[in-house]
Amino acid sequence: MDDYVIEMLHITKTFPGIKANDDITLQLRRGEIHALLGENGAGKSTLMSVLFGLYQPDSGEIHKDGKLVKINNPNDANALHIGMVHQHFKLVEVFSVLDNIILGAEDTKFGLLHKEEARKKVEMLSRRYNLMVDPDALVEDISVGMQQRVEILKMLYRDNEILILDEPTAVLTPQEIEELIQIMKGFAAEGKSILFITHKLNEIMAVADRCTVLRKGKYMGTVDIKDTTKEELSRMMVGRDVSFTVDKKASEPGETVLSVRNVTVPSKLHNNNAVKNVSFDVRAGEIVCLAGIEGNGQTEFVQALTGLEKTSGGSITLCGKDITHATIRKRALTGMSHVPEDRHKHGLVLDYTLEENMVLQRYFEPEFQKFGFIRKKKVRSYAQNLIERFDVRSGQGPLTIVRAMSGGNQQKAIVGREIDRGTSLLVAVQPTRGLDVGAIEYIHKQLVDVRDGGGAVLLVSLELEEVMSVSDRILVMYEGEIVGEFDPKQTTVQELGLYMAGARKQPQFADAAYIKKEGGDRQ
Amino acid sequence: MEILALFIKFALLYGIVLMLVALGGMFSERSGIINIALEGIMVIGAMAGVVASIDLAGAGLFVKVAGSILAAGVAGMVYAFLLAFASVSLKADQTIGGTALNILATAIAMVIAKRVNSSTGKISDSARLVYSYEGFVYNIGGVTVNIFFIVGIVLLVLSYVILYKTRLGLRLRACGEHPQAADSLGINVYKMRYIGVLISGFLGGIGGLAYILPANPNWDFKYGIAGMGFLALAVMIFGQWKPFKIFFAAMFFAVFKSLADIADSIPLLSSLRWPKEIYNMMPFIASMIVLALTSGKSRAPKAEGIPYDKGQR
Repeated sequence: MDDYVIEMLHITKTFPGIKANDDITLQLRRGEIHALLGENGAGKSTLMSVLFGLYQPDSGEIHKDGKLVKINNPNDANALHIGMVHQHFKLVEVFSVLDNIILGAEDTKFGLLHKEEARKKVEMLSRRYNLMVDPDALVEDISVGMQQRVEILKMLYRDNEILILDEPTAVLTPQEIEELIQIMKGFAAEGKSILFITHKLNEIMAVADRCTVLRKGKYMGTVDIKDTTKEELSRMMVGRDVSFTVDKKASEPGETVLSVRNVTVPSKLHNNNAVKNVSFDVRAGEIVCLAGIEGNGQTEFVQALTGLEKTSGGSITLCGKDITHATIRKRALTGMSHVPEDRHKHGLVLDYTLEENMVLQRYFEPEFQKFGFIRKKKVRSYAQNLIERFDVRSGQGPLTIVRAMSGGNQQKAIVGREIDRGTSLLVAVQPTRGLDVGAIEYIHKQLVDVRDGGGAVLLVSLELEEVMSVSDRILVMYEGEIVGEFDPKQTTVQELGLYMAGARKQPQFADAAYIKKEGGDRQ
Repeated sequence: MEILALFIKFALLYGIVLMLVALGGMFSERSGIINIALEGIMVIGAMAGVVASIDLAGAGLFVKVAGSILAAGVAGMVYAFLLAFASVSLKADQTIGGTALNILATAIAMVIAKRVNSSTGKISDSARLVYSYEGFVYNIGGVTVNIFFIVGIVLLVLSYVILYKTRLGLRLRACGEHPQAADSLGINVYKMRYIGVLISGFLGGIGGLAYILPANPNWDFKYGIAGMGFLALAVMIFGQWKPFKIFFAAMFFAVFKSLADIADSIPLLSSLRWPKEIYNMMPFIASMIVLALTSGKSRAPKAEGIPYDKGQR
């Protein structure tokens, strides 16, 4: 008989109109790392919410250490030593790390807060698991990776034995992911049991002992990682074979579409420039990828390119027209479309309907308005067409409020909208962030189709695998400068990694370093 | 010297009032509820306190003073409860709810004041209550100090301790910043917000009484509380939602406000022959300028104004 610390047996949970969990069984052994795999909307988060007491199942039982338990709210889960790190961190930004950790479990003395013992415990835990967290730092001042460790410390501080991590790697850099994997293994070695939700197969292969797969709310099975392969897992998850390589012909670059010269962008975070003297071209019929570790100026560069921020130097030419100081609409009309990094902030109006979002950049065209009034029928049929072509799934079709859609479908809607505008240049920033393999495959195919149709694509990505498989040319960005240019067929992930970490720089980009030394910076 | 004493008297009077009410606003906003209703809460608190002081006139001085202050605080709490119920339980828009309460407060106060007047056989068509501030005001070394100065300082220190040194304060602040985080740690966000608004009602009610009782022998409630509640909101923002900064902000505004009362007595200012209205406008103009200059940097509690819905995750 196996030593199960948690058993969720035949869990069923129905929401209006959808069966989120349909007879799902998940058994967690003591001291194992157990992955929960599934596409967006497969019911992973619902299942974990049931375990954490946020939802009550319609039927099914939960056993802890073999005994039937009832978990009505997070406090009950806590009492059973179940802790959860949510995908969106639940940290109070203006509080110190220590205050965040003790919140809800404070010690008091004579009615006043007593933090000394808590501080000792946090420092001890931080040392023991090599978390290197400063208890007095404010959460708003520390990196996302550190914030995640604070969330983990919150669980450890409460002596939790079962740790639920909801997509823990979605927001991390490759280095941070590596460190997290080590931390997770450390926990498992101490007998803590870890359940982590993900749809990244590489991480499962790297860290998990077993994996339970869900598809559209149904239980697909539990497998031992040592007996399985990535291909098999993805087949279980998606229900068909998924190709991890992107099929594409060699690129045939045509005319220069985008020409960036000596662009410099000031940083909002510090006095230095975020983007320093960046120059490159993108031609029709090629996918150029801007690779790099998060926070090396890619975001700022794209914001300057798309008009969200101002440049402080240099010029940007699109289709032969200078757009350095053009408005966003001017850029769009000149031939730029943009799949933004933050789809909620810059991609969609969340409380508008899907059809309204589909014409956000086109509502003023004669096709969609007459005498200043929106032609509702045209908008509807246009949105319907996009929804079908790009397989955007939603509850009420064009009338769905976008906020209610899953992240993957929101992303498909944006990609569809931007591609359909048929512009000369498509700027796609992390277009597959947070998506499952099926959707990733689909979006990659769309990017290649744009290229084959003669469009120029500028892809910004943090995922090296994506960089290697999709792009025709790779530019590596480090500390706001381009430090290398590569042909994906003639380079390796390891070589790119060295440039991304700033360990190397190609000679033709040494000029930029010279300017930096000579006071090319703003200050 | 006499002018200076007068100046200090008024500055302390207004300063303590603004501070008490702004501290009230701070507790509410730190828990996540925008309290526009402070003006109305002050009116209700002042009215209840004054009525209590009239009723308790026969009792001992201590009973009268303590009784009226307590009545003012409790009445403010009861009135603030309406805001809490609307904005926490019913998830109503907090600004609209608060505005409604402000409009209602003056009306309620007038009705009750007229009723009090008619029951004591006075002219019943006036909302002007006549009372005595005996027991509230003392003369120490030529400077007039009222009891609210001491009450105010005690409440200031207490507010600081509660907000930063207790479990309640930590949880309250968490609810104003990130209620989902608090909820995920088993903290009852609704309860914390009720507590925040009720504390705010208590302090606001006392602040209302502190404004009208020590300075005037009578008050006509058709004037409400003359905009002090709104000025207190400005003080709270200028004070960055922090107790001691609120104290200094309150004193800053109080100096401007007291100028109006003593301008005639200062030779330099009276020689200018400015109409009194100019001085009366000063605190409001100062608040506009100060807020315009500082609001860019000010950091309000992040979740304030957003009703918390447990179902939305």
